[in-house]
Amino acid sequence: MSSDAFIQIDQVTFGYDQRVILSEVSVTFPRGKVVAIMGGSGCGKTTLLRLIGGMISPQKGSITFDGEVVNARNKERLYALRRRLGMLFQFGALFTDLTVFENVAFPLREHTDLPESMIRDIVLLKLHAVGLRGAAQLRIAEVSGGMARRIALARAIALDPELIMYDEPFAGLDPISMGVTANLIRRLNDATGATSLIVSHDVRECFLICDHAYLISAGRIVAHGTPKELQSSDDPDVRQFIRGEPDGPVPFHYPARPIAEDFGLRA
Amino acid sequence: MKPADALSILGVRALRTLRGLGHSAYFFGELLRSVPAALRRFHLVVAQIHAIGNYSLIIIVASGLAVGFVLGLQGYYTLSRYGAAESLGLLVALSLVRELGPVVTGLLFAGRAGTSLTAEIGLMKAGEQLAAMEMMAIDPKQRVLAPRFIGGLVAMPLLAAMFSAVGIFGGYIVGVQMIGIDPGQFWSQMQNGVDVFDDVGNGMVKSAVFGVACTFVALYQGFEAEATPEGVAQATTRTVVISSLAVLLLDFVLTAVMFSTPR
Repeated sequence: MSSDAFIQIDQVTFGYDQRVILSEVSVTFPRGKVVAIMGGSGCGKTTLLRLIGGMISPQKGSITFDGEVVNARNKERLYALRRRLGMLFQFGALFTDLTVFENVAFPLREHTDLPESMIRDIVLLKLHAVGLRGAAQLRIAEVSGGMARRIALARAIALDPELIMYDEPFAGLDPISMGVTANLIRRLNDATGATSLIVSHDVRECFLICDHAYLISAGRIVAHGTPKELQSSDDPDVRQFIRGEPDGPVPFHYPARPIAEDFGLRA
Repeated sequence: MKPADALSILGVRALRTLRGLGHSAYFFGELLRSVPAALRRFHLVVAQIHAIGNYSLIIIVASGLAVGFVLGLQGYYTLSRYGAAESLGLLVALSLVRELGPVVTGLLFAGRAGTSLTAEIGLMKAGEQLAAMEMMAIDPKQRVLAPRFIGGLVAMPLLAAMFSAVGIFGGYIVGVQMIGIDPGQFWSQMQNGVDVFDDVGNGMVKSAVFGVACTFVALYQGFEAEATPEGVAQATTRTVVISSLAVLLLDFVLTAVMFSTPR
């Protein structure tokens, strides 16, 4: 696609044993944009993030991160790439033995030799950006799910990454927290010039903030476009997903034997 | 079942066991390689020595005292038959520093500190904390596992020494204070008969080996635990079973090497 692709996923296939999770998927994430990857549960969305982060390797195809191929076997190069990205895990993945402040300070302490006073300032700035400067000294057990997500976001942006990946940032949040998180994702992206990648099944929130969206179903990209384009699409896959229809190309019933057989009925 | 089926099941099990052994050996190598990086974060190591040592201190002291009491009583009954009750100090001290100190400490350590290490690491894995660290370009082996490994390795000999010391004190209470053996005999026989290097030193080496084994098993089980409540529960159980067996088997091997030829 365009030369300004920050992440390029090219014909990637991935699976476990016999089960194919992604098959020949090609996606481009342009620099500076918010791109959403949407799809039902278990369709391979999170796998895509893990592939970009080099936690797993594709069986076929390649992933390019700002011009460099992600290679999970070269740990040194992989760690150098990972230092340029921040990832927000689905439930925050905060370190429960540290305070809120220490969680955000963690990447700074590990990767920089900054003096304590500067670490303090950066941490408080990042916490301020997510509205939780006042919660700095709380323990992780004391914060709510929505706050945990925001703290994790502050931690993910502590080193000003060029790419921020969000794994289900809206799952399990109340409407207010959801709105706050969506707003933050967009604002952070625009303020820092980072590239953002959201994996989610929350159509409304994603469409509010993303520039471009991909729809994955059964390991394949079935549609992509701007939110407007997708909303006016006639494609049955897209329509079922966006409107949340219980039956359609994605069937309501898990594959089963004929019902008459299971209940011992005669036709 | 056909013989061919049985054979193939056997083959699958053998291969799985071999793969597990290879995997754990590789993990052990990685852990050792992470030790220098962990030493650079020295405050983490100190915190772990403190935490792991403290986890087990009360149980070690209480058990050491109880074992010392029993050794004092049993030793007195047996020795007095041969008119050698004055050697009680020597018997108590040698039993403790050579065998009971390192072994019982190893077993208690597996149950107390080992399980908590496995559960902690397993839950960190289940909460994606280890994955989050990986994604921050921080190796969890260096940041989380290696400091705990060094902590266990250092804490175990210290705990074993504590166990033996308290045990000897327990033997003294029963033998001297309660039964009335001559305290001069009790201590001087111990002083003459216990060698710093052969007995105390070898006991320390034993407990250091147990420290490596128990901590490694606990960390490996936690790190490889399935990231579910059942997975962590099973890993914790495996930690106790494998560590305990490892301590007892290693103890036999080490005893055979260290004390087989009478000097």
